Amino acid sequence: MQTVKMVVTGPFNAGKTAFIRTVSEINVVSTERKISQPAEQVKETTTVAMDFGRITIDQDLVLYLFGTPGQRRFDFMWEILSEGMLGFVVMVDSCKPETFREARMILETFRAYAPTPYVVAANKQDLEDAWGIEDLRIALRLDSQVKLIPCVANDKESVKIILIELLDQILRELEVNTERAS
Amino acid sequence: MALKGNLRDFSLTQLLNLIHLARKNGILHLENATTKAWLGFREGKLAYGGLNLEENSLVAILYRGKRINAAHYRTIKEKSGSMSDKELGLLLVNAGYLNQQEIVQNIQVYLVRLVHRLFLWEDGNFHFENDAPLPKGKILVRINLENLIMDGTRQLRELDQLKDEIPSLDIALKFCDHPGASVRNLRLNQEEWKVISFINPKNSMKKIAEAVKLNDIEMRKIAFGLIQAGVVEMVKPDGYSAKRTINIGIPHTNPAEQTSLIKRIIQRIRSL
Ligand SMILES: Nc1nc2c(ncn2[C@@H]2O[C@H](COP(=O)(O)OP(=O)(O)OP(=O)(O)O)[C@@H](O)[C@H]2O)c(=O)[nH]1
Ligand SMILES: [Mg+2]
Repeated sequence: MQTVKMVVTGPFNAGKTAFIRTVSEINVVSTERKISQPAEQVKETTTVAMDFGRITIDQDLVLYLFGTPGQRRFDFMWEILSEGMLGFVVMVDSCKPETFREARMILETFRAYAPTPYVVAANKQDLEDAWGIEDLRIALRLDSQVKLIPCVANDKESVKIILIELLDQILRELEVNTERAS
Repeated sequence: MALKGNLRDFSLTQLLNLIHLARKNGILHLENATTKAWLGFREGKLAYGGLNLEENSLVAILYRGKRINAAHYRTIKEKSGSMSDKELGLLLVNAGYLNQQEIVQNIQVYLVRLVHRLFLWEDGNFHFENDAPLPKGKILVRINLENLIMDGTRQLRELDQLKDEIPSLDIALKFCDHPGASVRNLRLNQEEWKVISFINPKNSMKKIAEAVKLNDIEMRKIAFGLIQAGVVEMVKPDGYSAKRTINIGIPHTNPAEQTSLIKRIIQRIRSL
């Protein structure tokens, strides 16, 4: 049995847990805890360690989805997480400009150092306050090659699109690798 | 679609950057505890604006710009009655009071000062009204935003933000290649020009700072200004990317097997 994994990351409250929960065949083993600090009181719980979901691909292959905790940057976990990783999704709450800076920092870090395919999911596009995709692209300073995809994390079709776009991106980068090697 | 938030989280400089790059049409509304302000844009250029606290008619602008004195101001106001700015402008030009260029310049100066005052707002809600109708009777100008953006970053006092925006000085800068990105129209000071002359994907910001004799903060500030003005972008210093071979975390397989594995996953996800 072979296992591979993808990582779902992004700022606090972006919708990482919801995203994994929507497609996972097991109950997401998330390590949620009640939020105590008033500053973060926008919802009841937050992910403290990691979300963990699973999709069985076929008899010999399982895909795991890992969600990083949103409250602190996860540098310290990056090495553990990136081991055996196919790629990752960066989720952004499209309605919360106060989180764009952190999203940008995460992206900047990856862009500079992580040789791993990724896509950016502009989440909560169903809400009225959601910023438009082209505005987000500029606000997050994504150049035109980076895939920025509208997302509604509790909608299965939407989550599937994001995962397929990421896999597609992985295929493309594999092609480039192969061309370079030959 | 919305474009709204608070200036604490997304600054006026960043908003101008967004409006500039997306060549937006519409009105940016700003509101803090005491004041409401609006800036109107056409194709990413500032066209008009005002504050609820002060008169922003052409007469008032000319008076404030000391182009007319208090007595003139009162007379014109009385006589012009419900005249629009455009009509009044025409009247003043025909009467040989001042020429069209002077009128436009006075409006531009007023608007630039207005934006400078708005840069001082640390707090305040904003929302952008897309494709708002143009105000009737107003004289519209066209002010490029790059220089306003540079002014805004020069005033930046929040150093933490600079560290967030430019996490490391090991990164290099390169000129953007999108149309409209040009340093030609920028009003830069000597140090900023020096930085420009060193911009090259081979030079990390650290190197540039050493060459121009800037400290970390000064370097970050100039780089951030140029990035926001849409003139340069951050890149990995040359040599860094050459080694880049993606690691997709499937050990012990050849490329063909990797490709087929990814295709299997795609098929499965489609079927979910
Ligand atoms: N309307 C709407 N709500 C969403 C969407 N995605 C997530 N939410 C809601 O947003 C809140 C945060 O979602 P979570 O999945 O807990 O976010 P998270 O990124 O895991 O949060 P942390 O682990 O605390 O960082 C929850 O109340 C979700 O129900 C979406 O696409 N649309
Ligand atoms: Mg979570």
